Amino acid sequence: MEAHSSEIFVIGLTVFFLACIIGYYVVWSVTPALHSPLMGVTNAISSVIIVGAILAAGPLGHETSKIFGIIGVVLASINIFGGFIVTYRMLSMFKKKPKKEKKA
Amino acid sequence: MSANMVAVLYLASALLFIFALRGLSHPESSRLGNIFGIIGMIIAIITTLMFKSVLSYVEIGAAIIIGGAIGTFIALRIEMTALPQLVAAFHSLVGIAAVFVAAAAFYDPASFGIGNIGSIGTSSLIEMSIGTFIGAITFSGSVLAFGKLQGTVSGKPIVFKFQHTINALILIGIVGLIIMFVLDQSPTIFWTIVAVSIILGFLVVIPIGGADMPVVVSMLNSYSGWAACGIGFTLSNNLLIITGALVGASGAILSYIMSKGMNRSIISVVLGGFGGEQAVNSTSDNSDKIVKQGNAEDAAYIMKNADSVIIVPGYGMAVAQAQHALREMGDILKKAGINVRYAIHPVAGRMPGHMNVLLAEANVPYEEVLELDEINHDFPMTEVSFVIGANDVTNPAAKTDETSPIYGMPILDVEKSQTVLFIKRSMATGYSGVDNELFYRDNTTMLFGDAKKMCEDIVKSLN
Repeated sequence: MEAHSSEIFVIGLTVFFLACIIGYYVVWSVTPALHSPLMGVTNAISSVIIVGAILAAGPLGHETSKIFGIIGVVLASINIFGGFIVTYRMLSMFKKKPKKEKKA
Repeated sequence: MSANMVAVLYLASALLFIFALRGLSHPESSRLGNIFGIIGMIIAIITTLMFKSVLSYVEIGAAIIIGGAIGTFIALRIEMTALPQLVAAFHSLVGIAAVFVAAAAFYDPASFGIGNIGSIGTSSLIEMSIGTFIGAITFSGSVLAFGKLQGTVSGKPIVFKFQHTINALILIGIVGLIIMFVLDQSPTIFWTIVAVSIILGFLVVIPIGGADMPVVVSMLNSYSGWAACGIGFTLSNNLLIITGALVGASGAILSYIMSKGMNRSIISVVLGGFGGEQAVNSTSDNSDKIVKQGNAEDAAYIMKNADSVIIVPGYGMAVAQAQHALREMGDILKKAGINVRYAIHPVAGRMPGHMNVLLAEANVPYEEVLELDEINHDFPMTEVSFVIGANDVTNPAAKTDETSPIYGMPILDVEKSQTVLFIKRSMATGYSGVDNELFYRDNTTMLFGDAKKMCEDIVKSLN
């Protein structure tokens, strides 16, 4: 593992910069009217760190790390459910009277 | 499940997240986007649960159910006016969750394949401590932003001497701590980094005033993304890196848009101290000027005889919960053949896009709601501008008075319309603490009172 750590880091860095560029273009295409839902949904997806929390909570037993993992899972779940639901609520308000589109 | 299978499923989940953001380019595609996001998250969670090392399904399941129930409860109950607080609170959870994941990786590195206790790889330690540092700052900064938005903490900026020097020293201190942490991998130093970063997070947000809250909320949004990125690097997990970068970029762009909406650089927002200071010296200047006052009947009469009305809502509308009464007023005017539109300033409200959500909640069709650059050139051709709960974003001083703290900020040119109707509780200044010369213009009529009550009275008069 250690031998490849620099290689893994470079791969991670590549992914990071490409993702930043994708993020840049995708976010600029978001209509300003939907900036609040954007924050809601980014909030929900940033809680994908639940993946790390699940790995920490995974092993049987009662290690310190497991307790941290469980807490992490709870916190991230609040965000995932809360974020997606509040975004859903916001977006469903934008569907009333869907006439012809006017905005760019 | 093979490592390749995991990588493919994580990639699918990352792509779905990108589509989730992409969907927000239009209201009609946005709901599908949200569903993509949910599917992406489900894939990510199930994939992780399939790992060989993940065995305690009961505990994890219970944790998800507890967290999910809390999140669902809050999200269903929250008033749309309180959205900025909610988002700040959620950011703080991402931040603190990142700290817990980093701590877990530190205490049990073997589960994450980054070495053993006491012999974690250097790069993993650096990534871990950076993730922790950003996570902890996001946590405390968001908690304070939540307090300021909720009103439990004063929205006024708190400025003290050597503030920036102290912050800079703390930052240097954290860098030193990270180096020590890499060298001896001690839990004490890990938790010291957490504690000091939490203090720094408070100190960074303390000097930032209420008017700058849209920027702060966006900035913390960005931080929460970078924190996820830091954890992604620690765990060498591309899904976390991609998602973190998307969220980080999103928050950064929103902060940029918001600070541009106030003609302020992000740096100056971060350095803080805006709002409140000028309140004392500028209010006295205009105290003897004459203000034309009107009532609901006057307003109803003026608008009934107009061809076009532009409504300019601000945060005050949200506070007074006037959006439904306002929409009712707009509907009556529209039925009378009057062209009614809404003009939204980028920093109206306390978070990006806040006004749009509130108007949408009140069933205002989104195509009648226009952004500053879409509608600003229409004011000279407009008979009535109806300003409700907004103030600073209409202040002509932003264009004319170089000494004004809001000078240079793009504003809605309501003063170019024939008549300006201005609903306000009192003559108090806006969030920036700057007096508005518009109140004293000949073509301005002030409607003093509660925004909701005033709209209801106007509706009555119109009928």
